[in-house]
Amino acid sequence: MSNKIKIATTSLAGCFGCHMSFLDIDERITALAEVVEFDRSPLTDIEHCGPCDIGLIEGGVCNSENVHVLREFRKNCKVLVAVGACAINGGLPALRNFVSVEACLLEAYRDGIGVDNPQIPNDPELPLLLDKVHPIHEIVKVDYFMPGCPPSADVFWTFLSALIEGREPSLPYELVHYD
Amino acid sequence: MKTFVDKVLEQAEFQPARLLEILRAVQAEFRHIPESAIALIAAGLQIPRTQIIAVAEFYSFLHLTPQGRYDLLISDSITDRMLGNQQVLDALAARLQVEVGGVRGDGLVSLNRTSCTGMCDQGPAGLVNGYPLPRLIPAKIAAVAELIEKQVPLADWPAEMFQVDEPIYRADLLLKQPFSNGEALQTAFARGLAETLAEVDLSHLRGRGGAGFKTALKWRTCSQQTATPRYVICNADEGEPGTFKDRMLLDLYADQVFEGMTVCAAIIGSSHGLVYLRAEYLFLRDKLLAVLQARREQGLLGKAILGREGFDFDIEIRMGAGAYICGEASAQIESLEGKPGIPRTKPPNSVVCGYQRKPTVVDNVETFFAATHIAIQGGQWFADIGTPQSTGTKLLSISGDCRRPGIYEYPFGTTVRQILQDCGADEVMGVQVGGPSGTFISNRELDRVVAFEDLSTAGSFMVFNRTRNLFAIAQNFIDFFAHESCGFCTPCRVGTALLRNQLAKIADGHGAAEDLEQLSALCEVVKNNSHCGLGESAANPILTTLLSYPELYLQQLKAKEFAPGFDLDATLAAARRLAQRDDAAAHLNQVEN
Repeated sequence: MSNKIKIATTSLAGCFGCHMSFLDIDERITALAEVVEFDRSPLTDIEHCGPCDIGLIEGGVCNSENVHVLREFRKNCKVLVAVGACAINGGLPALRNFVSVEACLLEAYRDGIGVDNPQIPNDPELPLLLDKVHPIHEIVKVDYFMPGCPPSADVFWTFLSALIEGREPSLPYELVHYD
Repeated sequence: MKTFVDKVLEQAEFQPARLLEILRAVQAEFRHIPESAIALIAAGLQIPRTQIIAVAEFYSFLHLTPQGRYDLLISDSITDRMLGNQQVLDALAARLQVEVGGVRGDGLVSLNRTSCTGMCDQGPAGLVNGYPLPRLIPAKIAAVAELIEKQVPLADWPAEMFQVDEPIYRADLLLKQPFSNGEALQTAFARGLAETLAEVDLSHLRGRGGAGFKTALKWRTCSQQTATPRYVICNADEGEPGTFKDRMLLDLYADQVFEGMTVCAAIIGSSHGLVYLRAEYLFLRDKLLAVLQARREQGLLGKAILGREGFDFDIEIRMGAGAYICGEASAQIESLEGKPGIPRTKPPNSVVCGYQRKPTVVDNVETFFAATHIAIQGGQWFADIGTPQSTGTKLLSISGDCRRPGIYEYPFGTTVRQILQDCGADEVMGVQVGGPSGTFISNRELDRVVAFEDLSTAGSFMVFNRTRNLFAIAQNFIDFFAHESCGFCTPCRVGTALLRNQLAKIADGHGAAEDLEQLSALCEVVKNNSHCGLGESAANPILTTLLSYPELYLQQLKAKEFAPGFDLDATLAAARRLAQRDDAAAHLNQVEN
């Protein structure tokens, strides 16, 4: 067994933009790979998360599956991090919070222009929508919040470097101002 | 429309500063600010229409969509709640067939909640088209509903429906002092203005609006500015829930308040005074205008006051439009200039750069009232009473669980225990001193005293007995701040909403230990990062109840480390219904098994 730090990542109601930004650390990823290994993540295709040191969550919680995945991460990760605007505040998907979930479903599957064979999907395999999109800290305890839409590669690098080296992460102003 | 707006603009002398007055007139006529009026006002005053919309959206009593021809607002102060304001709302909603927060289909009536109307001693209270309806007992509610259904004009309603009482249970130094009009001015002129300022200094009078700034220092600094003209503003925007002592002063002692303003004007060299009267006190406006007119006739206002050539001073009354933040001096000045009441960045302070960017003294009603008597009696007379840091007396507006709610004048340094005994309060659980922005104390702290150095208050003193729920009190206050935040700075605008949600999570029984820590951390963020005093004190209801009754918070917490603050499974209900599913996967447990 390796002594590498284990990281798991996932995207809930997100766009994978935060994951893409993470990959923008470019060649630094080889240095990272020296000290960490990835558990469940879009990068590994591992389906379920095992015990990990760090869990990175992109996206908010919009359906029941998101709740289950988030809980799996919380259970297995020593440190859970909300990554990006959607995980922290609900972000773009949460714009539907101004419309009832009923109106959303009817527009998309029954009444909208160009809908063929109108019906609300009801396969038990499909997760049900929550009536509102929630930031992840409203469902589980979250240890850290990594701001940005997406957080820049330097934010990922600075934040993870600190955690890996056992320091308290802190993001300088230059990395978290957006004007 | 055009004829009406033109007339209103003319009455306001086409002054953009008087925009609030113009919009109030339009609102009263059309029950909202119609788009066509906005265009006419913008053209008439030569200001952008966006400024008019910003103002209309900022103030609670102005609307861009029509309200009912009878607009009912019920006070939602905690003491009105304790006196059953919900039953009042329910009864009115049922009798008049209107939703709370809505307008009836035929446009006859609208019904809503509003922040404290300053009648906590005679609640549950409300307003109809801006005029007070104290003591809304069931018989009165029925009568109000009937008058509205019969469309009886407000002017023909029985006068006693609007009767606001001024119960004074304890008069001390100031309220007992005899006074004849002009006395303070004559004494001040005889003594000399510099000497009179020295007497105010000697009295150690501090601002009665809550901040406690030394009055003489403010007046002196203003008088030393080179810029002219200078202004005197009387802050009668008594919006702190539970406060109604300025209502009483303006109702019964207006001459003494105006005379204090005039003495101040003489000292700082001002010819223009303004009273910013909160919208909820509209019923006092005509009375005050009559007092001002009488004073003009007595030679106490206008040109060459008391025959002194060169001393011209007059006072105008300007109405607010329902915004607590306008009690803050710089926000009030913005409002007086016809803008949304957003506090200015300081320095410069208003004493240097105030109304119309000119030197301005803004003082509380009670401060001017006290200054009048100090000008007559001298500083030592006042300084002999109270404590060294808080001289003189303080008017308290006492409400809540006591047998004699009303006005009490006490020397500073009086214990809460003494006050509770006098107002007839038993089985006390706690007292909110200074309103929501002040301090909550438990019944273990009744020997604390009312004074700037201990329990500072602008006059609000609310009593709660043992049957009351601490969280209901704190939540009412936090909701108040979330509603009244002007929205300018993020720590206050967002922070007060987060405080409201986080406190609700604990109060509703969803909270865990983690949540209490989060709540405390959030309080510090809002308190330490906000732009003005509203945000700085918005967390006080939580911080001070947490300090006085930590055990009540701890009892409320779940044993788990964390739980969602809402019913998770219930959030799937709509989707379940539409998908016609009820299988195991269509449900969620509140916490993980």
